[in-house]
Amino acid sequence: MFLRRRGVLPGFGLSLGYTVFYLGFIVLLPLGALILKASSVGLVDLYRSATETRALSAYWLSLYTSLAGASLNAVFGLMLAWVLVRYEFPGKSIVDALVDLPFALPTAVAGIALTTVYAENGVLGSMLGRVGVRAAFTPLGIIIALTFVGIPFVVRTVQPVLEDLDDDVEEAAAILGATRFQTFARVIFPALLPSLLTGFALALARALGEYGSVVFISGNMPRRTEIAPVLIVTKLEQYDYTGATAIASVMLGASFLLLLLVNLLSRWARRAET
Amino acid sequence: MSGGVAGTFGRSTERRHRVREGRLLRGALIFGALSFLGIFLIAPLVTVFASAFAKGFGAYVTALSDPETVSAIELTLLAAGIAVPLNLVFGVAAAWLFAKYEFPGKNILLTLVDLPFSVSPVIAGLVFVLLFGAQGWLGPWLSAHDVRIIFAVPGIVLATIFVTFPMVAREVLAVMQSQGNDEEEAALTLGASGWQILFRVTLKKVRWGLLYGIILCNARAMGEFGAVSVVSGHIRGETNTMPLHVEILYNEYNFVAAFAVASLLAMLALVTLFIKKIAEWAAHARSDAAERAPLGEHSLSATVGSTPS
Repeated sequence: MFLRRRGVLPGFGLSLGYTVFYLGFIVLLPLGALILKASSVGLVDLYRSATETRALSAYWLSLYTSLAGASLNAVFGLMLAWVLVRYEFPGKSIVDALVDLPFALPTAVAGIALTTVYAENGVLGSMLGRVGVRAAFTPLGIIIALTFVGIPFVVRTVQPVLEDLDDDVEEAAAILGATRFQTFARVIFPALLPSLLTGFALALARALGEYGSVVFISGNMPRRTEIAPVLIVTKLEQYDYTGATAIASVMLGASFLLLLLVNLLSRWARRAET
Repeated sequence: MSGGVAGTFGRSTERRHRVREGRLLRGALIFGALSFLGIFLIAPLVTVFASAFAKGFGAYVTALSDPETVSAIELTLLAAGIAVPLNLVFGVAAAWLFAKYEFPGKNILLTLVDLPFSVSPVIAGLVFVLLFGAQGWLGPWLSAHDVRIIFAVPGIVLATIFVTFPMVAREVLAVMQSQGNDEEEAALTLGASGWQILFRVTLKKVRWGLLYGIILCNARAMGEFGAVSVVSGHIRGETNTMPLHVEILYNEYNFVAAFAVASLLAMLALVTLFIKKIAEWAAHARSDAAERAPLGEHSLSATVGSTPS
């Protein structure tokens, strides 16, 4: 074996070989096709397609609705994790299981269901309508859908950290005269922050690429309610492969940056734990 | 899940009082968290079933027995039936690799395995169009040999494999890492071969994680929409999967039928969550049993295994 490795069990060569082969065939080769296409188009055309007004509006819309959804999830995800770890209430284990629903429920199903709920004649949409707020076919509707898809991330990153938190520290803070709020703000929250940010970044990454749950509720009006993934599909339906590739390259670049950030954050989170 | 309560069990109420919030605040936090879930998650879930049965059970059954719906269900089962076993074999191989060995470049490889999670499903579909489509790199060669991948079943299968690629690997790896290698090393010293260790020791140890990985991978494979939508071409009765059929029916204002098909997928999601809960309980029971019985079968093999290493 030319690679030096730790571990006495057999099967290193086979499992490494198969992993690399399958990864290359299913993931890297197709992604390479995108990069190859982008480079064959030429930088000038690529830049022009990636920066046309319609595309710029789509990035901006995708960015701020994703940020809003991920922020809502940071606040309520923290609250949910707190309640699930520290309190008892009837139906708790059902609630805990349901948090993962957005992982398992197909996005198209979530999309038509959310549209029905938040349409003007829907259960919650009509309530919003009475106070003069429209949700379906507006950016607010997009935020609602992106909040839905991001629910599990913050809860599932914060929950284990909160469970392992040593309550002796909290008791010490209380004995030293801190109020409950001070203890939370100065002792508990800093310990949760790395995992909270990791969850936020994961929810943001998921929201930026989301398609199925948004496409129904957004109405997809160019430059108003058309997010970047929807614009890629529109370009493809018009056989504008250059345009689709240009926007996809920008989105892919953004996801790589976020992936890097998530890796750095989770490394920080692991260090904070030990 | 109930760590907070178990941790304070048996302490004086006065001590517990100091690190607990007041009743009012506690109630408000529970109310806030549950309202959030109610508005964003439970309302749409209930809507799926309410809309599916809006015109009664008869209409529900009629909608599901439509030939186009049946062919969409068949195609979805076919795509998942190919994608899940392939990702299962990969998942076990990758989890074994990452859990059992240290080698240079391990973190980079792990990041690459996770890559399909951070790529938009739409882009996942696009890359296959650029590779195999009529304008794609292999397009001319494929059409010369009369092979159709895009706007046909192979494209749907490929896109499904791509988006569910890391699911089994992730779940199995997490369980393998938490369980360590003691039993495997014990088996090795007792003369077991690699395959024997894999099938008789490791896969038994991780069976609940494996089951959850498979069922989650399956739910995502059957429910994938964005990537499949890009490569499918939406040919009714031919390249329509269940989620694509939901979209078509919904856009035709055939709401009962759309939600009837959607309700099948929602039920699949609920079953998936239920199996996850069972897997968690089983994992808890395993680690509790290991702690409680220091001379049990589990820890005995662990003791034997730790001696030679």
